[in-house]
Amino acid sequence: MGKKVLKLDLKVPNQTRYLELVGRIGEDLARELKKEGEEKKTLAQHLNVVLTEAMANAIRHAHEDDPDKTVHIVISLSDEELMIRVYDHGPGFDFDSACAHEPEKLEEHGRGIYIIRSLMDTVVYRRTRDYNVLEMWKKLR
Amino acid sequence: MRLEVTADKGVSILRFMGDRLDAHNSDDLKAKIKELFAGGAKSVLVDLTEVRFIDSSGLGALVSGFKNATNYKGSLALTGFQDQVRSMFELTRLNRVFDIYASVQEALAALSGK
Repeated sequence: MGKKVLKLDLKVPNQTRYLELVGRIGEDLARELKKEGEEKKTLAQHLNVVLTEAMANAIRHAHEDDPDKTVHIVISLSDEELMIRVYDHGPGFDFDSACAHEPEKLEEHGRGIYIIRSLMDTVVYRRTRDYNVLEMWKKLR
Repeated sequence: MRLEVTADKGVSILRFMGDRLDAHNSDDLKAKIKELFAGGAKSVLVDLTEVRFIDSSGLGALVSGFKNATNYKGSLALTGFQDQVRSMFELTRLNRVFDIYASVQEALAALSGK
């Protein structure tokens, strides 16, 4: 990662009412980037989508809508790339089957990870003994 | 967020009054669409003019509505796409599934003749 510009560390209640707040932080963050016009606007929308999808995924699938849990989000921005980490605690979710979404099938659910992978350059889900983390990178150059 | 239902030329127009359709409110939209078809509506037009942001849950609610339409032998159409909504439909290829109209007037002209 290049020269670090900023790092945000957020701990948000495991409730869908906070999706808008977190999504807007992503949009506002795009204003800090050295991009212009349409490119900046598109990136702002994408960051809103990615943060919304990643947090909703943690709320619904990893934390099973338990309002007393917390979603931990870390956003690191350098002059070269953006990295978002969304941590969850518990059984986690099945990343491989989430990646297997086929757009041609008209399913009601299952587009979240597909959308994140479409908008970011690299997406991985790591499981450790204490937590799971969805890591997402986007190159800015 | 509020949902407003009006009827014009035999079409039920469901207007989503809010700028964000996401996992926090998509279940309300899903339930309302189902309620309209269960109540006998044959043609439902969802007006998303106010929506500047949609996520996968919002898309899922509309897919659910599309399936309800099929089950009840009715039809579901959409209108009022802003940039972000259009790009999410294109990204997920759902733009190939739904009937999408540029305006409520255009949708009514097409749907009322069916």
